[in-house]
Amino acid sequence: MVSLTIAGFLTLGIMSFVYKDNPVYKLCESIFIGVSAGYYFVSIFYQSLLPQLTDKIGITGELSDSALAYYRETGSLASPQWFNLIAAVLGVMMLLRLVPKIGWIARWPLAFVIGSTAGLRLIGELQTNIMAQIQKSILPLWDPQYIDGSLNMAASVGHSLTNIVMVAGILTGVVYFFFSKEHKGVFGGTAKVGIWFLMVTFGAAFGLTVMSRMSLLIGRLDFLLRDWLHLLG
Amino acid sequence: MSLPETPTPRTGQDFWERLAQLDRRIIFAFIFLALAIPLFFTIRQPIAVSPEGRAYFEAIENLPAGSKVLLSFDFDPPSSPELQPMAEATFKQLLTKNCKLVVIALWPQGPQQAEKALAVALRDPQFKDLKLEYGENYANLGFMAGDEVVIQKMNSDLPSTFPSDYKGNATLSLPIMQGVKNYKNFDFIINFSSGFPGTREWVQFCVDRSGSKMIAGNTAVQAPENYPYVRSGQLKGLLAGMKGAAEYETVVGKPGKGVSFMGAQSVSHLVVILFVILGNIAYFASRRKK
Repeated sequence: MVSLTIAGFLTLGIMSFVYKDNPVYKLCESIFIGVSAGYYFVSIFYQSLLPQLTDKIGITGELSDSALAYYRETGSLASPQWFNLIAAVLGVMMLLRLVPKIGWIARWPLAFVIGSTAGLRLIGELQTNIMAQIQKSILPLWDPQYIDGSLNMAASVGHSLTNIVMVAGILTGVVYFFFSKEHKGVFGGTAKVGIWFLMVTFGAAFGLTVMSRMSLLIGRLDFLLRDWLHLLG
Repeated sequence: MSLPETPTPRTGQDFWERLAQLDRRIIFAFIFLALAIPLFFTIRQPIAVSPEGRAYFEAIENLPAGSKVLLSFDFDPPSSPELQPMAEATFKQLLTKNCKLVVIALWPQGPQQAEKALAVALRDPQFKDLKLEYGENYANLGFMAGDEVVIQKMNSDLPSTFPSDYKGNATLSLPIMQGVKNYKNFDFIINFSSGFPGTREWVQFCVDRSGSKMIAGNTAVQAPENYPYVRSGQLKGLLAGMKGAAEYETVVGKPGKGVSFMGAQSVSHLVVILFVILGNIAYFASRRKK
């Protein structure tokens, strides 16, 4: 009950910003940031860092339960797991940024992180968001639909229209973002249609954003009215 | 951070000019009431199930009984009004199919959200008597930092990526994890996501690289980014926001918070639409006067 009451007042404190910026809001905001940072630190330390180091490398001097189980399963503690120690060293090097005289050492692990992340994501983006999407965007403009072996005209027209809108949206959208030619004449008209497609997309995204934000507020109201004040059945 | 000043209406202004400069706090008050009042009533409304929502349901329904499913909880409490109802209903449908469930999280608070959703599902009278055991029928491997690198690494060695579970047990000591090496040992993957890392990263580093089949539940604000994956077949189904949760609860036949919140959601949307229309009329009316 005490924790619910504290959570209730903190919720109201944060909501008070809607009326006006005020000290109560500032206090609640600071508590939120502090608690979040603390929670994240503890979670990452105990759930990620410690198991990755102690369970796999046996840094505590003896094999932990996880390492033993792994040993029983595989018959060995595979050598690649020692790479975790290299990661730990890189982590310590990153922290050296806090020491001004040798802060430059932090650039090495940073370079490693940037390089590996860029490489990892580059392939992912190419494979998932470019190649796969281009492949699935090559659609037939007439898409006949058969039900029990016979052509269903209504379904065929529906599917074909969907495909036409898709293809038109992609082509005109791409034309709009082609800036090496002045947007005039047929090219300009096509780009204008592209803008319309973009506007519809932004509208849909805005609508879903509104829905998302309302959902957050519903969640808080449900907490206040049901869990805290017990006003809802 | 501070809010922009609300313009003070001047004397001599007509109704539309005053409306165009309406204090935003009045709009907030209307929205607040539009969301709060419907919560006191049971508003029943037809919930149309989208093709993506039906595909989500059917993907689970078509799983063979006893399938092993990996669920990733990549969200935190602020997104729970949208994603928690989906997660609860998903657990219920998976338990109906007698699936074995392995939960992980790429967000620190994900494991707690999973525990809460599992507890709700296990309290359901339908599963109360099944005597489902932790480690045998389901397990929570907890959170691991590293974002998309964790997804990538699980593809080569899942137990070494999650050496111990949320309760501190050795992952490989859990019966449900026996013989599990990577994604190939799971029949299906489900992701609940509200941002980064989330569905986009799962499609990139798991689906496209391991060939796994996956469905996802997203917050409404994130869903537009992931709809193309459904059309391309990279996702087998997608639930978008509270509406998606309500759709899924309807099709599963277990109405929960998703359905009950939709009344408040709809009323608030009507208020927003009303203000958008009034705002536009006020804008054009004041422009004509000028």
